[in-house]
Amino acid sequence: MIHKYKLNGFNIVLDVNSGGVHIVDELTYDLLDNVEPPFEDKCPAKVMEKLSKAYAPEDIESCYQEIVELYNDKILFSEDDYEKFAKASVASPIKAMCLNIAHDCQLRCKYCFASTGDFGKGRKLMSFETGKHAIDFLLENSGDRPNLELDFFGGEPLMNFRVVKQVVEYARSREKEYNKKFRFTITTNGLLLDDEKIDFINREMSNVVLSIDGRKEVNDYFRVLPNGAGCYDTILPKYKQLVAGRGDKEYYVRGTFTKKNLDFSNDVFALYDAGFDQISIEPVVGDSDEYALTEKELPAVFKEYEVLAKRILDNEKTGKKFNFFHFMLDLDQGPCAIKRLRGCGCGNDYVAITPDGDIFPCHQFVGIDEYKMGNIDDGTFNYEMKADFSKAHVYSKPECRKCWAKFYCSGGCNANNYQYMGDIRNAHKLSCQLEKKRLECAIMMKAVRIFGEQEQ
Amino acid sequence: MKHIQTINKANLKESAQKGGCGKCQASCQSACKTSCTVANQKCER
Repeated sequence: MIHKYKLNGFNIVLDVNSGGVHIVDELTYDLLDNVEPPFEDKCPAKVMEKLSKAYAPEDIESCYQEIVELYNDKILFSEDDYEKFAKASVASPIKAMCLNIAHDCQLRCKYCFASTGDFGKGRKLMSFETGKHAIDFLLENSGDRPNLELDFFGGEPLMNFRVVKQVVEYARSREKEYNKKFRFTITTNGLLLDDEKIDFINREMSNVVLSIDGRKEVNDYFRVLPNGAGCYDTILPKYKQLVAGRGDKEYYVRGTFTKKNLDFSNDVFALYDAGFDQISIEPVVGDSDEYALTEKELPAVFKEYEVLAKRILDNEKTGKKFNFFHFMLDLDQGPCAIKRLRGCGCGNDYVAITPDGDIFPCHQFVGIDEYKMGNIDDGTFNYEMKADFSKAHVYSKPECRKCWAKFYCSGGCNANNYQYMGDIRNAHKLSCQLEKKRLECAIMMKAVRIFGEQEQ
Repeated sequence: MKHIQTINKANLKESAQKGGCGKCQASCQSACKTSCTVANQKCER
């Protein structure tokens, strides 16, 4: 399977199964519409006749030979032989956990997927006892995985900072005994950040996600306190202080865009101009008429991703650089094909725990009773459901199977699939379209970095 | 080549042979908590 497209003056051909990316001339672009394996020694006469109206026969023949050579090198029209790895898969050890340490939040973000922090189930904080059980569960179920990931999430995790500290201390105290390394991360709205918390986060957390939506007016429209006031002026100095002390540890400022700010490249650059260089702005999740993205907004969103890609490239020309999370793509040293079959691993090697100790496949499933997998405090766990999630790979999802982007998004978000399409195996089309556009932009950006801008 | 330039190692197949160790980060644990992108994760083998 190949995927070819034109963007920013480049003709780009992705060989889906090898991951090969080829920049081709117009002739190759047209020829690829007319040929496919099995190949012959010479370009078929019919194809030659068709294309010779526009191209010289000797060029068509030499182009055909290049295509055949790449096919023989298994980097064009290469075979899809990964299904055996997907089928042979057994339920993995659990290595990552999202700890919803606080089902409460001080903000009333208009687009919140967690019902302003309580996931529709009442405002609660996790006890240390439950946090301890979660650590024990992870240690006991992580098999031979050396790195264990624990994300403090909410609601707003800093509303339960005392337990965050206790859980980190407890986990660290057990690392040696189990020969494991915990990697903690935290996602925060920033309101409660102070010197002590910033020091703790910068010492203990391998990654921190700082929520902010970009421009002040956008942030303060959506991310509001119960009295309606925006939070931008409160959080920005705290984020700057935290990032200044971060050293080489990871962080992201992370925002959400909705149909109210379809010019979201301005939000990305507002964050960059505010001094941040690790930036993520994501499309909103939800079905609010006022904010949710629909098919109608897609052309504008696609165009804006292109605008963003070009603005980032223009910025790089001036010798400056920042990372936009969703355009980050390593075409050589990215994740292995096995990882790409299943993506996030939710419900299989990744689970979320609520303040009550309930176990869900991930934070996006929290509150959906049908997907409650067990409870950390009473020791129950539905291994049957875990096995089902382990089988939710790109070959068991009908739309993914035939999609060119399957080894980049790896089957998409199972929670989105369930929430919008009724089944974890039914791809959520809108998310797919956005993901594909981001990938096309990210690959094009690689080409520009190698060849420079092309005339259009 | 005159018509086609390959810009990467195209080593996905090779990665399948030695892959699956599970040392790498779960994708949703980084900056994305709502939209899945896996190909930007690092191999940590």
